[in-house]
Amino acid sequence: MKRFLDSDVFYAFKTSPVAVVSALVTVLMVLSAVLAPLIAPTNPFDPASLNLMNGFTPPMEPNAFTGDSFFLGTDDQGRDVFSTILYGLRISLFVGVAAVLLAMTLGIFLGLLSGYVGGWTETIIMRAADVQLTFPSILVAMLIFGIAKGVTPVEYRDQMAIWVLILAIGLSDWVQFARVVRGATLVEKSKDYVAAARLIGRSPLTIMIRHILPNVLSPVLVIATISLALAIIAEATLSFLGVGAPPTQPSLGTLIRIGQGFLFSGEWWILFFPACTLLALALAVNLLGDWLRDALNPRLR
Amino acid sequence: MTESVLSIRNLTVDIPTRRGLFKPVEDVSYDIRPGEIRGVVGESGAGKSMTGNAIIGLLDPPARISEGEVWLNGRRIDQLDADEKRRIRGREIGMIFQDPLTSLNPLFTVGEQLVETIQLHLGLNQSDAKKRAIALLDRVRIPNPEDRFYQYPHQFSGGMRQRVVIALALCSEPSVIVADEPTTALDVSIQAQVLDLIKELAQERQVGVILVTHDMGVIADTTDQVTVMYAGRVVEQGPTDQILGAPTHEYTKSLIAAVPRPQVKLHRFPQVSYGGRETSFKIEDLARNWDRSVASQSGTLLQVDGLTKRFLSKGALLPSRREYFTAVDRVSFDLKDGEVFGLVGESGSGKSTVARMIATLYPVDEGTITFDGEEMTAMDAAGLARYRRQIQMIFQDPFSSLNPRMSVGDIVAEPLIHHKILPRPEIAARVRELLDRVGLASDAHSKYPHEFSGGQRQRISIARALATQPRFLICDEPTSALDVSIQAQILNILKDLQEYLGLTMLFISHDLPVVRQMCDRVGVMREGKLVEVQETSALFDQPKSAYTKELLDLMPRLDQLSEAEIAGLRAKG
Repeated sequence: MKRFLDSDVFYAFKTSPVAVVSALVTVLMVLSAVLAPLIAPTNPFDPASLNLMNGFTPPMEPNAFTGDSFFLGTDDQGRDVFSTILYGLRISLFVGVAAVLLAMTLGIFLGLLSGYVGGWTETIIMRAADVQLTFPSILVAMLIFGIAKGVTPVEYRDQMAIWVLILAIGLSDWVQFARVVRGATLVEKSKDYVAAARLIGRSPLTIMIRHILPNVLSPVLVIATISLALAIIAEATLSFLGVGAPPTQPSLGTLIRIGQGFLFSGEWWILFFPACTLLALALAVNLLGDWLRDALNPRLR
Repeated sequence: MTESVLSIRNLTVDIPTRRGLFKPVEDVSYDIRPGEIRGVVGESGAGKSMTGNAIIGLLDPPARISEGEVWLNGRRIDQLDADEKRRIRGREIGMIFQDPLTSLNPLFTVGEQLVETIQLHLGLNQSDAKKRAIALLDRVRIPNPEDRFYQYPHQFSGGMRQRVVIALALCSEPSVIVADEPTTALDVSIQAQVLDLIKELAQERQVGVILVTHDMGVIADTTDQVTVMYAGRVVEQGPTDQILGAPTHEYTKSLIAAVPRPQVKLHRFPQVSYGGRETSFKIEDLARNWDRSVASQSGTLLQVDGLTKRFLSKGALLPSRREYFTAVDRVSFDLKDGEVFGLVGESGSGKSTVARMIATLYPVDEGTITFDGEEMTAMDAAGLARYRRQIQMIFQDPFSSLNPRMSVGDIVAEPLIHHKILPRPEIAARVRELLDRVGLASDAHSKYPHEFSGGQRQRISIARALATQPRFLICDEPTSALDVSIQAQILNILKDLQEYLGLTMLFISHDLPVVRQMCDRVGVMREGKLVEVQETSALFDQPKSAYTKELLDLMPRLDQLSEAEIAGLRAKG
């Protein structure tokens, strides 16, 4: 820890206002998502706590019938928007992080394999990656989502929806990890420390995992951060299109879809606040990823 | 005495860092007269390149000139703004960099690049500029300059490219050229040609040349004046003959003494003792625990017979359509027990490929490698594991041969763990012992490679190689990435290993004086073939093949070293 606090990367972080602000925003979002049940004034999914009379309460104004006041207003069913955002953030972040982890694991594995082994293995993996890149990733995600939904029994669908979403986004995003890892592996493979390990007699798997993997992780870290922003947006897009998180477990995207129905009837807050949250989250994570890329690239420093 | 074209007065360069001001160059002063070549010599980090960059105004921010003056033809240039500096650079000061590959633009023909530079600086029209460019190419002895004019940099060899770079530097008839390690990336034979050309052109065009190098041989052969730098400061400067013949400063003395001589074979390399960075290598302690019970049955440890390696140069789906390049062509030699066998040759001669085949890093295409009576090329997995325990390798580049993400302790422990030489709990102690024996501090095992200097990293490599107590060590240019002072330390360690532990070594190098000092027998390789194999002294005194003779002639020598000094060195050795 002392070494980390003393490192150049941390120094660059301290002296970059953009990085500090976006890190603060990200941490704040993650914390409020994790602690949602403690922070949220109401549990929006507990029907007992809802009062239909509270529907469409504007933000910071007392309701005309009940006199209750809500920080960010309520939606048509009288749910507190602030609470739904906190719970939605939870789903969005969870799906985003899990999808990136899936894509990362898959991409690192395939990238290492194709970079280190070469030959036919490499050709097959990288051509598959090229083919997948010819489709927009949201289309690939929808395709996987559709297939997965088709094979799950109806009664489990809503329950499984989140996992299917993770699978869909994760599988649509492994290509860039694989490409970057393969490139870095090719560079590392030709270095003498790999030759030294081969000379000792280490197996290819050991060399890949113990020697090469730690040396290709820094570009992966950068892509993972940027991918996280993209995955959150992809999840929101899918949910907005109605093929993502179900209304019983609304993510930010679902909230935006619900909210946009009320936009032109004057209840703007139902759409506006979830959308702002999504924007802030995606922007902060993206800026953090951008900054990380510059900080870890010695040539740009 | 003629007026100097460039004069530097008390130049100091500052780099502000998080941990205070760092001064890579401090209080450096020298003059260059027309037609004069000034060598700037010193080890890496001595500030020699930084001085050159400061003169041409190419300091990377945040580095800046904090004190001192630079005068060019009677005009002060260190305070000019970036725009004016750019105008001077290239026009009045030419530059030659180390790597000719990166200083030419691969997307333009050589002619286009020359013409562009000539037009920019001299304002000639297209046809005049072209005429001038061809004349320049001819001047730097590029054959068929009219045809070569239309070719791209990749169609030129390394030495020719460097000559094109020289032509580029001469385009605008500058009064000073800064050449930063212009021949370090080149083979010996080409190095000699390029240096001759620089010498000739400096005379002919009355250009002052600053030649930055770490190679004392280059200094001796080429320069008129020499500046010796150490830790950012000038320790000694003056006419080359005087400095090399009668150095007064301790650092210069030890630097000159550390240059390996081709003339005599010494028992040990004289070490640079200045600066007190000599660390001890505890060979006796190492030898005490060394298991030397195994000796080969026949007295011959390694036999290489008809070894051949082909690389694919043009891939194709059909095997019959593929084209191959033969990197190693039917090479045969054998190594006796406890012998140091040298393999020399220029880059691309296949010497490293031979080493890598012996080290099982490349598969063998044809021929056999026999180790202690067992044919390695026919071994099964268990046999190979046994074989690998007995051979180890020390690589050229100490920066890439250690995994940057592993602690030094883990690096040295890896062979012990893999070959299950020791039970786990004992490994840490053995690693510390090994690191201590090669002369590293007691906390070295928990540090990471980037915290060590080049010489220290090479010691870590040696510790790793010794961990399995091998019988055979392959050294692939173990010192060519190191400074002379550190080179001597590492070579002495290797000599000790051979002497005390009875290790057999394959020593690969392009540096003939080093080979003379290290090896018992030498093989010379050229274009994949083994040209000749001889006892070292016989090879140096009566080379059999014409190629070896040529190599020996081109070897830079410190002729200034008097006979008396050689005798003195001999007595000491």
